[in-house]
Amino acid sequence: MGYLGNILEKCGEYCILMRRVFSRPEKWSIFRKQFFNEADKLVINSIPIVAIISVFIGAVLVIQSANNLENPFIPKMYVGYLTRESLVLEFCSTMVALILAGKVGSNIASELGSMRITEQIDAMEIMGVNSAGYLILPKICSTVLFNPLLMLMSYMLGLVGGGLIVLITGIINFSAYMDGLMFCFNTYYIFYSMVKMSVFSFIITSVSAYFGYYAVGGSLGVGKSSTTAIVISSGLILVSNLMLTQLMI
Amino acid sequence: MISVKNLCKSFDGKQVLKDISIDYKQGDCSMIIGASGSGKTVLLKSIVGLHSPDSGEIWYGDVEYSSLPLEEKKKLRRKAGMLFQGSALFDFATVEENIMFPMDFFTDWSRQQKLDRANFCLKRVNLENANKKYPSELSGGMQKRVGIARAIALNPEYLFCDEPNSGLDPTTSIVIDQLIREITKEYNITTIINTHDMNSIMEIGDKICFIYKGEKLWEGTKDNILSSDCKELNDFVFASNMAKKLKSFI
Repeated sequence: MGYLGNILEKCGEYCILMRRVFSRPEKWSIFRKQFFNEADKLVINSIPIVAIISVFIGAVLVIQSANNLENPFIPKMYVGYLTRESLVLEFCSTMVALILAGKVGSNIASELGSMRITEQIDAMEIMGVNSAGYLILPKICSTVLFNPLLMLMSYMLGLVGGGLIVLITGIINFSAYMDGLMFCFNTYYIFYSMVKMSVFSFIITSVSAYFGYYAVGGSLGVGKSSTTAIVISSGLILVSNLMLTQLMI
Repeated sequence: MISVKNLCKSFDGKQVLKDISIDYKQGDCSMIIGASGSGKTVLLKSIVGLHSPDSGEIWYGDVEYSSLPLEEKKKLRRKAGMLFQGSALFDFATVEENIMFPMDFFTDWSRQQKLDRANFCLKRVNLENANKKYPSELSGGMQKRVGIARAIALNPEYLFCDEPNSGLDPTTSIVIDQLIREITKEYNITTIINTHDMNSIMEIGDKICFIYKGEKLWEGTKDNILSSDCKELNDFVFASNMAKKLKSFI
């Protein structure tokens, strides 16, 4: 009961924080500036890692699919088809979100945690500034809006990675790969994946911000809040992935 | 003027502040003193509104703070400046941006006006030519000065200082103390300082309140602190052997 009570208390605290986060910004000009700063820090800076992983995963998916489709009755274009579907349905949203939970989540939790323990958040509150709104709202807005674009980029680069490995190794014919990419293309899956990415981005940013904002216990506490933020947001991503898949497909 | 009436605060069932009542006058440097863990930081944070009291009242002039709605509390907080123990300067901002931070939120001044005000505040704390530096590039004493400059940026009516001398050498401590005193008198601010530094107490303490295990045990001035017959206060003030020897001469 104590454990359950603790979870309920944390959920309540999270909801109260979100209520403060989504209150009207004190000045829109400051919000706008912060919004683009955070987009640069949390989204643009994530491009290299997402790009590298996407290219390599695309390539690996092609090799795995090609090696498992050796039956002569299955056309080779299915390698491209499988790669495309795997990327758009799961990898580019869920896997990239899990990667971002590690990178962006720890960044947010440790940044806010350090500000909490060095009393910078208290200093804002004393000034009469809504620290939650000033620090967290731009992070949530920028990631929820721009991470779906990151997902699109990951999708493109995954396909490029697959194409490159086809060209380099000749594991299948390149035109078969291209045929597979265009076979039975369903644009709804792109929309589905972008919606998933937006939801995951909200989870990553808000949960990490919550753990950072309420960090206690010095530098050790900041480290702990950062780890907890990654674990909890990863778990929530997996659960919400299940729910969204059931709801949207 | 700030009045604290019958303030009580507890954390996880442990009572940290027990029925504290004090008045702080405008234009005075009032000190809250006591050993580490006595509850003085909780008292200061309750006064500024970072902790909500379990019971009791905090009056800013003729306004009772705890009963105010959030927006009114925020408006009142804009009249307050605070210097934190670790300065609490924003790491992401330069010295100049730190001082301009409250101006960005609560004024419609042009960038030039804000810069002029920031330069004025920096000049007031004798810290010119540090505008473009980041807090990590400054010494502890310089960070405190920037903290004071930021606290006075919007001409506050109330100034709160949480252990302003912690981590500073005695000479720099006196410079910071004098600065706080000068600003208090110059702008007629109600200043409350939380400290356990005896040099500060004797240097600038107009009114002193001694907190012991969450209770207010003694209240007086720096002139009568040395002759007090409060045992706990004497144990605190004359803690070192040298001070005990000095006490025997008083």
